[in-house]
Amino acid sequence: MTTDIPATPNARPLTADALRAGVLAALREVAPELDSAQLAPDRPLRRQVDLDSMDWLRVILGWHERFGVDIPEADYGQLVSVDAVVGYLAGRLRPEPARPVVT
Amino acid sequence: MTDFLMPALGADMTTGELVQWHVKPGDTVRRGAVVAVVETHKGAIDVEVFLDGVIDELAPLHVPLPVGARLARVRAPGQAGAEGAGQVAAEGAGAAAAVRRPPVSAASPAVPVAGPAATRIDALRRKASPAARRRARELQVALDTLAGTGAGGAIRLADVERAHHGLGDVAAGASEGVAAEGASVERAAAATAAGPITAPAEPAAKAPAFDPGAMRLAIGNAMARSKREIPHYYLSEPVPMRRALDWLRAHNEAVPVNQRLLPAALLLKAVARALLAVPGLNGHHVDGAFKPAAAVHAGVAIRLRGGGLIAPALHDAQDQPLPQLMAALASLVQRARSGGLRSSELTDPTVTVTALGEQGATAVFGVIHPPQVALVGFGRVQERAWVDEGRVLAMPVVEASLSADHRASDGLTGSAFLAELCAQLQQPETL
Repeated sequence: MTTDIPATPNARPLTADALRAGVLAALREVAPELDSAQLAPDRPLRRQVDLDSMDWLRVILGWHERFGVDIPEADYGQLVSVDAVVGYLAGRLRPEPARPVVT
Repeated sequence: MTDFLMPALGADMTTGELVQWHVKPGDTVRRGAVVAVVETHKGAIDVEVFLDGVIDELAPLHVPLPVGARLARVRAPGQAGAEGAGQVAAEGAGAAAAVRRPPVSAASPAVPVAGPAATRIDALRRKASPAARRRARELQVALDTLAGTGAGGAIRLADVERAHHGLGDVAAGASEGVAAEGASVERAAAATAAGPITAPAEPAAKAPAFDPGAMRLAIGNAMARSKREIPHYYLSEPVPMRRALDWLRAHNEAVPVNQRLLPAALLLKAVARALLAVPGLNGHHVDGAFKPAAAVHAGVAIRLRGGGLIAPALHDAQDQPLPQLMAALASLVQRARSGGLRSSELTDPTVTVTALGEQGATAVFGVIHPPQVALVGFGRVQERAWVDEGRVLAMPVVEASLSADHRASDGLTGSAFLAELCAQLQQPETL
């Protein structure tokens, strides 16, 4: 078992680094002023990034579209930090081959 | 020929700067089309034209212009290009129609819009001594309101001082409240603009980038004016949100992520419905009287990244099905933050709604945005002990508040509104 995360047969495998980069890229689309270097990956995300509920919905949508993962509202509580989001998405991607990243 | 004027994009705007024309002289324009981009302290705004015709005499770019200044002229279809002798007189009346008379305008009401905008632009070019110009700016006296006693009609310092001392009477006699303040804002606008336009020797003003400081100042000015003029009263009511949130959760589980609704959409729709159920809260206080509006164009308070606040209109909130209202809200938030708001969205709000959201305090009592007469606020939803039929329950509750203008309504009306709002939120499936 490597850190590689299964992806669709035609897509390149999604590494943990790529996953993290995608998580941050989606955040930056909503919060352009975000400086990833300043973001503590293990600290509460929404306190660091200043995301209101509309911003948060757009971030969720961004992750959904990037990774093809459904993120039910009931799971929002698990998405407390960047590390937690990466772990959550990796878990959702692992059991079955991911759907295409593009939508 | 009708003058197409610089709109007042909110009570806190006094000047704007054309940064782009989407049309060229001689183009045919249609009502509602975006014809220009105006830079304000709120960012770049797409300005719509409000009549059909042929546009001409476009004002130059990158010059600060006061609210009400002429941006262009529009010749109605079939109207001759050459101007008849009697036409000039008609233009004053036409000017008001060119830009849909901005209801939010600090500047448009009664007093200062007496003459066609062209007159004011010409006046801005009037000769005035530097001392007079500086003093006029300090005192917020528009040079064009003055009779100059210097050489060639130039305005001297003494003329400004004399006008300033007479102004109290003029303003008080002209009309009360918002209209009178409109005059002074307009004076400020004209006085500000007078510098760069009249004195080309001074360095040309740069195109204004988004400046949180300027926005903070403008908000402060508008709110100070509101507090000076509007006799606010405040009410609040805790609203149980169990049903609304349960309904929302069920809805959001059943739809794809891009069709999820936020509580804000429900709150907006409920506010719009409730506003139409009681008089005196939805509309504008203009020319000394309350003018109710038939539709609810909800000014949604949106916090901008980097600071500042803007409250563009979500049009006809009372009629929009929730998915459509949610999409409109998402679009409004995105455009408020990244550009592309339309002028009508800034001139049309009939009421303001502010929802602090998950990170906010439990209650908010807002300052009314003149010439509106009410602001509805929502704090953060929180679980509270709630007594229901003799039992104590844990209940998600949102504190709904109303700040309203006593000139247009009283506490009884306000209470009826909050009761209706609460009732609307108990039947989310009907929203």
